[in-house]
Amino acid sequence: MDFSYYPGCSLHSTACEYNDSVQETFKLLGAGLYELDDWNCCGASSAHSLNHALSLALPARNLAIAQKAGRDVVMPCAACFNRHKTADYAMRTDPEKRLYLEKAVDFTFSGSVQVRPLLDVIGNQIGLHQVKSLVKQPLHGLRVVGYYGCLLVRPPKITQFENPDNPTLMNRLLDTLGAEARPWSYATDCCGGGLTLTKSSLAAKLVNRLVDKAREAGAQALVTSCPLCQVNLEMRQSGGKTSGQEKMPVFYFTELMGLAFGLDQARSWWSKHLINPVPLLNSLTL
Amino acid sequence: MDYGPDRILRMIQLGEKDRLLQSSDIWLCASCETCGTRCPNEIDIARVMDGLRQLALIEGATIAEPSSIKFHKLFLFVVQNMGRMHEASVLLAHKLWTLNLLADMDSGAMMFIKGKVPLMPKPVKRRSEIKRIYDATRIKNSE
Repeated sequence: MDFSYYPGCSLHSTACEYNDSVQETFKLLGAGLYELDDWNCCGASSAHSLNHALSLALPARNLAIAQKAGRDVVMPCAACFNRHKTADYAMRTDPEKRLYLEKAVDFTFSGSVQVRPLLDVIGNQIGLHQVKSLVKQPLHGLRVVGYYGCLLVRPPKITQFENPDNPTLMNRLLDTLGAEARPWSYATDCCGGGLTLTKSSLAAKLVNRLVDKAREAGAQALVTSCPLCQVNLEMRQSGGKTSGQEKMPVFYFTELMGLAFGLDQARSWWSKHLINPVPLLNSLTL
Repeated sequence: MDYGPDRILRMIQLGEKDRLLQSSDIWLCASCETCGTRCPNEIDIARVMDGLRQLALIEGATIAEPSSIKFHKLFLFVVQNMGRMHEASVLLAHKLWTLNLLADMDSGAMMFIKGKVPLMPKPVKRRSEIKRIYDATRIKNSE
C-alpha cells in the first residue's frame, strides 16, 4: 500500500517529531510514503485571507505533482489538508475555476488522485486491526482526550471526513492502543491556532478553555493530529510551577502509536515538546 | 470582536462598507468554519470574511489589526521567494515590523534550542513555477 506524502512546512520544522513519528509508524504498518517531489507551501491562512486565487493555485501545483506521481496523497497537517482539499474540490466542481487553475499552474487536472488526511488513511484504509496487531506495549492507564480541531472536519462539504459534530475515529484509534479516550464535548472546538502569533491573548483564552475542559473530563493529556494546534496548545497554555496546576502534555496521535508499538525512537520525540510528557509517561511506566 | 458573524452579514445587506472594512472582526475571525457549518442558510461565512479582508486591502481601508496583515504579507512574501514557509525569517521580520520584539522570547528560544526552527531555509527547486503562480494570481489594487 503506497502513498504520496505531503509533509508541509511545519513537519520540516516546528513539528519535526510529528514527521518522524509518521515515518517510523508507517514503516511498521507496511505502507510506503513517497514525499512529493519539490512540493511547495499551501499558502495557509495567509493566502486565503489575502488572495483567494493564490490560495487555490499554490495547492493546485502540489496536486499536479501528486497526479504525475499517480498515488493518493497523505497529509498529516490539518491546515495543509484543508487547503489542498479545497483546491481539489474547486477543480472537481467548478469548471471555470478548474480552467483558471490549470492555466495558472500549467497542467491538466484529471481528478485521478485523492487528497487524504493521515488519520483517515490509518484508520480507514490501513485499518485499526493492522494497528492493533502491532501494539506491543498497550498504553494502559493513560487517560487522554482526542482533539481534532477545525480544519480536519470543517467545512464537511469539502473535508468529507466524519460527522463534523461528533467524529469518533481518533478515540477508536486511541482505544486500540490501549489508552483510555475520555468523552468530552470540545473535540472540534477551535484552539485559535491561526491567531497565536498575531493575537496571542485570544489564542491563550481558547487554549486554556480546552485544557480546563480536558482536565474536567479526567484526561492527563491531549492528543492532536494538527501541528498548528499542537504548537498552540503547548505554547499558549498557562499553568506550571507558579499556578500550582501542572501543564498538560499534548501528543501527536502518531507518537502514541509509536510508543504503543514499542519504538525506541519515541524517546527522542519527547525532548522536542515544549511541555515535557516524560513525568506523566514515567508515572505510568510507559 | 466588534460585531460577530450575524451582525456582519446584516451590515453587508445594509451596505455599511466602511464600518465593515475597518472592523476588527474580519481579522479576528480564525476561519474555524463553525458558524458556516451550522448556518441554516448555508452561508459560507469564513469565505465572506476572506472576501471582506481582500476588499479592505483593495480599497485601502484603515486596518483594525495591523499585526495580522503584516504577518500575512510577510508569510506570502517568503513563500513567493522560497516556495515554502521559513519560520525564522517570518517571525523575526514580524517582530521588527510590529516593534513587538520581546513577545514569546522564551518559547521561541526553547524551540530554537530544540532544533525546531531551522536557520537555513529549504527553498523549492523550481522557483520559476512559484513565480508563475504569483504572477497569474496577482490582485491589482491600490497597494
